[in-house]
Amino acid sequence: MNTSFKISSGFLFIIFSVSLLAPWVAPYSYQEQDTVNILAFPGIDHFLGTDRLGRDLLSRMIYGARVSLFVGVFSTLIALVIGTVYGTISAYVGGKTDNLMMRVVDVVFALPDLLMIILITVLMGRGVVGVFIALTMVSWVTIARLVRGEVLRIKEYPFILAAKALGASHFRIMLREIFPNILGILVVTLSFRIPVAILAESTLSFIGLGIAPPASSWGTLASDGWTAIKFYPHLILFPSLAIFFTILSFNFLGEGLREYLDPRAQIDKR
Amino acid sequence: MLRFLLRRVLLGIPVLVAVATLTFLIMHWVPGGPFDTEKILPPAIIANIEAKYHLDQPVGIQYLLYMKQLLQGDLGPSYKYIGRDVSDILRDTFPVSFTLGMCAVLVVLGMGVPAGIISAYWKNSLLDRSILLFAAMGISIPSFVLGAVSVWIFSHQWHLLPPALWEGPRYMILPAFALGAGFAGYIARLTRTTVLDVLSSDYIRTARAKGLTEFKILIKHVLINSIYPIVSVMGPLTAGLVTGSFVIEFVFSIPGMGRFFITAVTNRDYPLIMGVTLVYAVLIVVANIVVDIIYGWLDPRVSVK
Repeated sequence: MNTSFKISSGFLFIIFSVSLLAPWVAPYSYQEQDTVNILAFPGIDHFLGTDRLGRDLLSRMIYGARVSLFVGVFSTLIALVIGTVYGTISAYVGGKTDNLMMRVVDVVFALPDLLMIILITVLMGRGVVGVFIALTMVSWVTIARLVRGEVLRIKEYPFILAAKALGASHFRIMLREIFPNILGILVVTLSFRIPVAILAESTLSFIGLGIAPPASSWGTLASDGWTAIKFYPHLILFPSLAIFFTILSFNFLGEGLREYLDPRAQIDKR
Repeated sequence: MLRFLLRRVLLGIPVLVAVATLTFLIMHWVPGGPFDTEKILPPAIIANIEAKYHLDQPVGIQYLLYMKQLLQGDLGPSYKYIGRDVSDILRDTFPVSFTLGMCAVLVVLGMGVPAGIISAYWKNSLLDRSILLFAAMGISIPSFVLGAVSVWIFSHQWHLLPPALWEGPRYMILPAFALGAGFAGYIARLTRTTVLDVLSSDYIRTARAKGLTEFKILIKHVLINSIYPIVSVMGPLTAGLVTGSFVIEFVFSIPGMGRFFITAVTNRDYPLIMGVTLVYAVLIVVANIVVDIIYGWLDPRVSVK
């Protein structure tokens, strides 16, 4: 276990716990206004200061973490499920079906993804659901491709033949023989794709096309701060730092996991 | 060579058709239209406007009409910028976005490749570790954060560079940096891995044995042989820079395509959405073709057929 892996998993654990326990941990509610302290700098009453409506930034970030992490983690999880099922079937069945299924993936892949995310989000109605669906629709193809490649390799192994000879059904082979063999790579992929989704959501919210008020994510908080950056830089600094450290931690986590779980990573180990 | 080029271009066409079709479907999939304004218009006027833009037809017919128009090279009129064609708008905004993208490519290569080589050459040194740390940070930092931070430092605090707009080379530095720095992290890591591979190969040992200076070895052998993986990721990288550019255009108020895309989407300006998406898609396809050509030209083992 290297140090960056330990630190980043510790950080993520804290972030997740705090966001889950938001109502008990946050010093204020996320819309409570302290009209005496508007645009306050970090201090004793408000650890990270307040925004232009006098709302406590720390509390808003703790509640914002719920949205950012939820969207990032669950859109990736669903994309992972879709991509895995799709990729496994495509590779396992092979032949014309595989060809056809992969052409679909190619087309989705060719779309400029951030543009599609914007388009889908705006048309689905801005908000958590819209962003969620948009992210899932764009990111399942990457996983489908990866899984297909792995399954193509694994299905040639003798133990698959053995399972067939023993009369295992196709479903059983996919679930019990193939799936455990791609599980490691899936876990690694998960921790590399979650930060991509968090990044996309925060970018979208930052330009004002993602999560719509009153719900807020770190991206919308950063967006609010951006309008006041010249004199109140702390308003954009803290949400940005939260996004940055979360993404960084997921990336370190992914690298750490890859060293243990992905046999191909041995090449990179220097 | 010419046949290769022709084949690649022909292969790109179905991709573009698919992009156009999917975008069209997504746009029309959700109820509501571009002329649903808060001010209620008399039904006769709405009917007139919709007839003018064929919006009263079924989606299938609209699609065929649009594709026919597209084949004639006409992207149609903008719904919201009355009197302007989509191609007019693109002609004004594309060069801006393209310049921004190319500056960012320079940043990516100019920062990433040297950093990767230095990192690999002095492997495990303090320098190497700091470069790796910076690369990891670069990959994890959203470009809008980098943009905001650099605006705050260089414009608001030190007053060195303009915080917004697009009126000359000085205006390009911060946006290009904000857009490119993250990707430079990827390139630095990739370069490091490849250069490490090359450095441990036999021909480098031979070059050392015959007494070449370290500098010559680095330039003539290491750099030339490490360039292939970098070239091969330039396609997806260009795509990333191109689609990433509209965030930067938003942060720095740059009048590029991305800003128009954002307003077009919120306004449901169908032809403008289609136009911008298609230009981006063409750019991605072309970037990939160019990368393949460069790859074949650099590496004689890859025959261009």
